[in-house]
Amino acid sequence: MRLILKNCNYLGKEQRDIYIADGKFSEKYPDDQADRIIDVKGALVTPGLIDMHVHLREPGLEYKEDIASGTRAAARGGFTGVCCMPNTDPVVDNPAIVASIIKRAEEVGNCRVYPIGAASKGLKGEELSEIGLMKEAGIVAVSDDGKPISTAGFMRKVLEYCSDFDVPVLNHCEDKSLSGGAMNEGPVSTSIGIRGIPSASEDVMIARDIIIAEYLGLPVHLCHVSTKSGMRMIRDAKARGVKVTCETCPHYFTLTDDYCVDYSANYKMHPPLGTREDVEAVIEAIIDGTVDTIVTDHAPHHQDEKEIEFSLALNGIVGLESSFALCYTYLVKTGKITLDRLMDLMCHNPSDILKLGRGGMEIGDDADLAVFDIENEFTFDKNKMLTKGRNTPYDGWKLYGETLYTVMGGNITYEKLC
Amino acid sequence: MGLKNKDLLGMKQLTAEEIMEILDTAKMMKMVIESGNKKTTHLQGKSIVTLFYENSTRTRLSFELASKYMGSASANISTSGSSVNKGESLLDTARTIDMMGTDIIIMRHNQSGAPHFIAPYLNASVVNAGDGMNEHPTQALLDMLTMYERFDSFEGKKIAICGDIYHSRVVRSNAIGLSKLGAKVSVYGPRTMMPIGIEEMGVTVADSVIDCCRDADAVMGLRVQLERQKSSLFPSVSEYAKFYAITKEALAAAKPDAFLMHPGPCNHGVELPTEVYDCDQSVINQQVTNGVAVRMAVLYLLMARRNEL
Ligand SMILES: [Zn+2]
Repeated sequence: MRLILKNCNYLGKEQRDIYIADGKFSEKYPDDQADRIIDVKGALVTPGLIDMHVHLREPGLEYKEDIASGTRAAARGGFTGVCCMPNTDPVVDNPAIVASIIKRAEEVGNCRVYPIGAASKGLKGEELSEIGLMKEAGIVAVSDDGKPISTAGFMRKVLEYCSDFDVPVLNHCEDKSLSGGAMNEGPVSTSIGIRGIPSASEDVMIARDIIIAEYLGLPVHLCHVSTKSGMRMIRDAKARGVKVTCETCPHYFTLTDDYCVDYSANYKMHPPLGTREDVEAVIEAIIDGTVDTIVTDHAPHHQDEKEIEFSLALNGIVGLESSFALCYTYLVKTGKITLDRLMDLMCHNPSDILKLGRGGMEIGDDADLAVFDIENEFTFDKNKMLTKGRNTPYDGWKLYGETLYTVMGGNITYEKLC
Repeated sequence: MGLKNKDLLGMKQLTAEEIMEILDTAKMMKMVIESGNKKTTHLQGKSIVTLFYENSTRTRLSFELASKYMGSASANISTSGSSVNKGESLLDTARTIDMMGTDIIIMRHNQSGAPHFIAPYLNASVVNAGDGMNEHPTQALLDMLTMYERFDSFEGKKIAICGDIYHSRVVRSNAIGLSKLGAKVSVYGPRTMMPIGIEEMGVTVADSVIDCCRDADAVMGLRVQLERQKSSLFPSVSEYAKFYAITKEALAAAKPDAFLMHPGPCNHGVELPTEVYDCDQSVINQQVTNGVAVRMAVLYLLMARRNEL
C-alpha cells in the first residue's frame, strides 16, 4: 500500500507530508502514485507507541480479552507494539505457546505483539521455565507478573540465567507477606474499612531487587512503580550505576486512593492507587528521568469480576485506549515534560530496554506511526472502547490527544470514524 | 426535617441534625417499648427484609422486633437456605428482593461497602446492619442513645474506646457520629490492631488503657476476636487481658459518674474482667433495649421519607 499523509505536525516540530510505500517510510513520490492520500490537517504525528506491559488474556481467558480485541484496542490507543504478559491459562512458560501467540497476532495484524515468557514454570516461583527456548521462539523478556518473582534466591537465579540469553527480567514488586489488602493503607482505607496494602510492600521488593541487581551487576526492570520511596530508591540506584530501569502507569499520576471511597472496583489495581504525595513523586520521577517508560498494565476483566464487592473484585483496569491522552493531557499539555520526552517514555525507551529496534521514522524504517488530535478536547467514553473490558476509571473524563489514525507496517490499523 | 437520603449506609452519610432527630425519635420509641402495649401502626402494610450474609443473633433480632412492634410484614434471608449460597451475585439477590416490592432491606455483609454498592440500584431503602470493617451505624446510634440518656449534650464529652480498633466497624461509626456531635473520642488497643491514619477520623490515640479512660465521660470496651491470635496480632489471651483489658483501675481513672458500655457479645475475662462487666457503672444491659428503640426510629424515619415521595 502506498499511503501519503498530508499536513502532518511532525513530532510537534515541523509541518510535513509523510510518504509510505511497501510498509516503509519512503522518499516523496507523486500524488497519483498513492493508493490513498489522507489530509490530517495539522494533527500531531508520532512514531507508533510501544507498551511493554499488557495483558491480552489469550490463551484461555478470552472471556476477558483476546489477541484480536486487545490489539484492536492497542491500535486505537496509537500503539503499534505491545508486550503481553504470560499469566494466561495455560501460562506462557514454553516455546509452543510463545509461537502460537505470535502466529495469532500476525493473523490478526492490528499491532506487533511481543510475548513475555514466564520466569518460572507455571508462575510458581520454584523452577526456571525454558527461557532459552522461549527466546528462540520470540519472547522479548521474562516476568512472573501478576505475582512477584517469589524469593530473593530465585530472583538471583532468574537474573543470572537470563543474562546468558540477554533476556530482560521484569518484576512485579510486592512483598506478599505485607500486602493482602485491597487498597493503599492509610487514612482512606481506615476510614472506609477496607484492608490496606502498605506502600512498604512494594518498597521492600524494590529494595530487594536493587540489592540483588547491584550485587550481580546485572540489569533488572521494575514494573508499575507507584510509590514515593520506591522512586527515591530507583533514582539513587541509577545514580550509583545500578542497571535498574522502571515503568509507571497513567493511573499512578492521575488518581489517588481517595477515589476508592465509593467502593468502585474501577479504582482497584495492584499496586494500589497511592496518596497525593505518591502521585507527585511519580510525576517528579517522570520529569527527572527516573522513570524509563509509561505502560498501561492493561488488565481487562469481565464485569462479573469487577462490578461486585470491592474486596472481592479482581485487580486491574484497562488502559490502552486512554494512555496517550492521559499522558498528553497531564504531562505535556501542563508543561511538565516535552513531547520528545513523552516519545522516549512511550516508544524509544521501551524499544531500547527490550531491544526491539522500533521507533525510527527515517526513510527505509518500518512505517509505524500514530496521528493524534491535540487541539480539541474530547470526552473519553467507555462504551466506545474496543477492548472487551469495561473496567476503566476514566469514563467521562475530558482529555486531549484522541487518536485519529494508527499505521503499522504501512497499513492503517486504526482510523477514527466520525 | 426528616432524613435526606433514601438509605442509611453509615454515620458518614448523616448530618449532626439527622443524628439528633434519630436519637429524639428513639427516645419516643423507647416509651412505646416500655408502655406495655408495644404495637404501633407506623409500618403497617410495609414490607421489610433482613438480608444477613453474616451471623448475628442480636442485631437481627433487634431489627426484627423493631419492625414487628411497628406492624410491618418482615422476612429473613440468611446465608443458609437461600440463593445466597448458590453462587448468585449480591446484586442479583438484592434486585430480586427489590422487585418483590420490599420497602426496606436491612443488610449485614462481611464486605465493607457491600450496602453502598447495591443501594443505588434499588428502589428499596437499604439499612446497613454492619458491613465488614466499615460501619455499623445502628450500633453507634444505640450507643449514642445510651449516652444521650445520661447527658444532655455531646459537646466536649470524652468517650474512651479500647480494644481491637482495626477490625471494628463499631469504632468507625461511633468515631464519626460522636465527632459530628462535638464529642472527643480517644482510642487505645494493641498497635497491631490500630489502623494507620485513624487520627484523621478526628480521634486521639492514647498511650495506655488508663490514659485512654482518664477523665472520660463514657468508656466502651470492644470484643476481641480470639482467632486474631493466629494472625499474630497478640500473643495470648492472658497477655491481652493483662495489658489491654479495661480494668477497675482504668475505669477509676474516668470521671466518677462515667459509665461502661460494650457492644456485645463480651469475652468475659478478656477485654473486660467479670467484676468490671457487672459493676455498678456498667450499662451494657440497658444498651440492648436502646438497640430496639433506635432501630424503630430508623425504620420509622426512612419510611416517613418514602411516604413523602
Ligand atoms: Zn503486575
